[in-house]
Amino acid sequence: MTTPSLVLELKQVCKHFPGVKALQDVDLRLFAGEVHALLGENGAGKSTLVKVMTGALAKSSGDIYFNGQNCSFASPAAAQQAGISTVYQEVNLLPNLSVAQNLFLGHEPRRFGLIQHQKMQQQAQQLLLRFKLNIDVTAPLAQYSVAVQQLIAIARGVAMSAKVLVLDEPTASLDSSEVQMLFDVMRQLREQGVAIVFITHFLDQVYQISDRITVLRNGSKVGEYLAADLPRSRLIEAMLGKELQQLTHQAATTTPAVAEPLLVLNNIAVKGSISGVSLTVAQGQAVGLAGLLGSGRTEVCRAVYGVDALSQGEIQFGGKTLRLQQPADAIKAGIALCPEERKTEGIIGPLSIRENIMLALQARRGWWRYLPVKQQQQLAAFYIDKLQIATPDADKPIEQLSGGNQQKVILARWLAINPQLLILDEPTRGIDIGAHAEILLLIKSLCQQGMSLLVTSSELEELVAFAGKVVVLRDRQKVTELSGDTMTAPHIMQAIAEG
Amino acid sequence: MMSVRYLPLWITAALLCLLFGIGGWQFDGFASLAVVSNLFSDNAFLLIVALGMTLVIISGGIDLSVGAVIALSGVAASLLISQYQWHPLLAFALILPVAALFGALMGVLIHVYKLQPFIVTLAGMFLARGLATTLSEESVAINHSFYDAIAEFGFALPGGGWVGASTMIFIVLLLLVIVLMHYSRFGTYVYALGGNSQSAELMGVPVARTTIAIYVLSSVLAALAGIVFTFYTFSGYALAGVGMELDAIAAVVIGGTLLTGGSGFVIGTVLGVLLMGVIQTYIIFDGSLSSWWTKIVIGLLLFGFIVLQKLLSRRTALTTAARSTAHG
Repeated sequence: MTTPSLVLELKQVCKHFPGVKALQDVDLRLFAGEVHALLGENGAGKSTLVKVMTGALAKSSGDIYFNGQNCSFASPAAAQQAGISTVYQEVNLLPNLSVAQNLFLGHEPRRFGLIQHQKMQQQAQQLLLRFKLNIDVTAPLAQYSVAVQQLIAIARGVAMSAKVLVLDEPTASLDSSEVQMLFDVMRQLREQGVAIVFITHFLDQVYQISDRITVLRNGSKVGEYLAADLPRSRLIEAMLGKELQQLTHQAATTTPAVAEPLLVLNNIAVKGSISGVSLTVAQGQAVGLAGLLGSGRTEVCRAVYGVDALSQGEIQFGGKTLRLQQPADAIKAGIALCPEERKTEGIIGPLSIRENIMLALQARRGWWRYLPVKQQQQLAAFYIDKLQIATPDADKPIEQLSGGNQQKVILARWLAINPQLLILDEPTRGIDIGAHAEILLLIKSLCQQGMSLLVTSSELEELVAFAGKVVVLRDRQKVTELSGDTMTAPHIMQAIAEG
Repeated sequence: MMSVRYLPLWITAALLCLLFGIGGWQFDGFASLAVVSNLFSDNAFLLIVALGMTLVIISGGIDLSVGAVIALSGVAASLLISQYQWHPLLAFALILPVAALFGALMGVLIHVYKLQPFIVTLAGMFLARGLATTLSEESVAINHSFYDAIAEFGFALPGGGWVGASTMIFIVLLLLVIVLMHYSRFGTYVYALGGNSQSAELMGVPVARTTIAIYVLSSVLAALAGIVFTFYTFSGYALAGVGMELDAIAAVVIGGTLLTGGSGFVIGTVLGVLLMGVIQTYIIFDGSLSSWWTKIVIGLLLFGFIVLQKLLSRRTALTTAARSTAHG
């Protein structure tokens, strides 16, 4: 491959879900024999883009050119047939089938229409040796560790002898020697002219292996760069963005210095995720959690809300030690959480706005004390008015609202029970700019009313605008704490990037 | 892990041998080829239906319509032969493609509209049973030289055993289904769908084609079972096979197939049907127990096996949990 040729080109691709614009006019160019890193924060649209590219999702508009021809793949099978194979973020293999069956599913060696099991097993063994895996290929996949399964998934992609290989977070569950092995195989494939799309949130790895970088943010393309020309700091800037500056230039909310601490995390750890995180949230204070995807932001929120059990450390709340077995315990104590995954963990799609709002209040009252419909209607009307939720009436199913309005409904759900601590995990993700500003203003006014907040956000300017203090996480550990004059977006960025 | 996969199968086989041994020890003539061959010929229709049910359940679905399809195909066959004077083979040649269409319709509904197989095949059950009753409310007797020939076809085994047409048809179908499940891509796809249909789709499995084919096969096998049932009764009756879909499901589960799909063996289902048959034979030999004791014992067995399934799948759940924490 002397002159790199354009293998896959995406032009102005859009993908809309009800209430969310997941992709907005995204372009992507993919050349033969290159490793192309696709970067962006959580929710930037990377996974959606991959799914559109590989036929798992239909695009809403735009064009996809494969080898110069305009095409769009109806299914992953069609894309695979054409030579685009994908290793998805979560291991998408079949735990009940054998390793060999997983590797060759749909491509089994056959004679007279019958699968040749022995030949298939031999080929599987040989293929895995490239990854220095010497395992029993007849055993069910479920028997092996996630790392091995991930390598098997990659081996499957390689076995398809694809023209385009898409690796979505392939290294998340691999240790460093396994990562190096994977990179060796990727280099081999690159030499053979395969175009590789590499998605990761490990920036070190990006610079180790990639030739070209495309950055996405909020479903749009920020830019395409040559890896050699893009310093790390500019890359992070591109990923996190600065566009909110004009909205949130006001100074941080000043908290009275004497405020009592409400939440104290004392060196908490969760098995298999965060470790050694300590922080304090004072009464009426907003504390920001900053860090890249996978840094442990969400995991801290989940631990405080009682979703994941602590393996170490303790949570003190209002001076007492909390023992959380489940989120219901946290709610009882006065802790609320707006989750990052609004669609799957926040809203209950087919239920109406009113029903979504009253969920937490009803849960607190218990089964037997049903909230009268009239009171529910008053409550819904109150919050629709107060939070300016754009809807004709309270009985519309919440899934028909835009992302920003959905978020307001979730906020109303928690405001209805007036929690002492409100945890907001990426409250402005996937929300249009107008609703964005309103939610930020709401956060500020809640603080002034004395509610404590713990907020994660990838938008650093946004954090700086309302937080009294920002805690920076990296590799699932706390790195530093910034407040006062040192709490600026560049400082936070630096703390995130230093590795 | 390997042994865990086969564990329910071994337990069923061991129970079968144990019960057979006890029967042979208690009663003269129990442990004989005559009893064994009767097990097959008396249960041939159930065995055939259960083959299809195994496929459906491994793929993660269920087919409640098979009992009614047995009745419909039996009534249709006997009417065509007795009232319209069709040759039996010609009647079968009409019935089987119609059954395939019926299965395809259910498969399409399940796949295209993402409907629960339970409710779609329940609708299919009412439809087929209703059609059968509309065709004839009375039992329709079959008098045809072909049926006499079928009844005489076969060979004797030592000790009073007899391998007849029904048993032979079943054995041929069993071999075909085993080859299909373990030596064809389609078979792997069936397991793949039951393992995780989303992953299967992302891996390029033709989900639509496979789903439809699974229900076509199940309906065709049920129609064949209905035909074999007419060999046994020399008649077609609209109320035949009521509840047989449940017997088939019970046999599949007792044979070690996971109700959640993805894991199981056709041969286990055969053992499941035989175990149910041996229980019945034992009760007949005993003479003092009501035949309903068969149901009681099968009920208890089912309880035992679903608890066993749960315990086994909990191990798998642990692996998945480990997986998701490592991912988070």
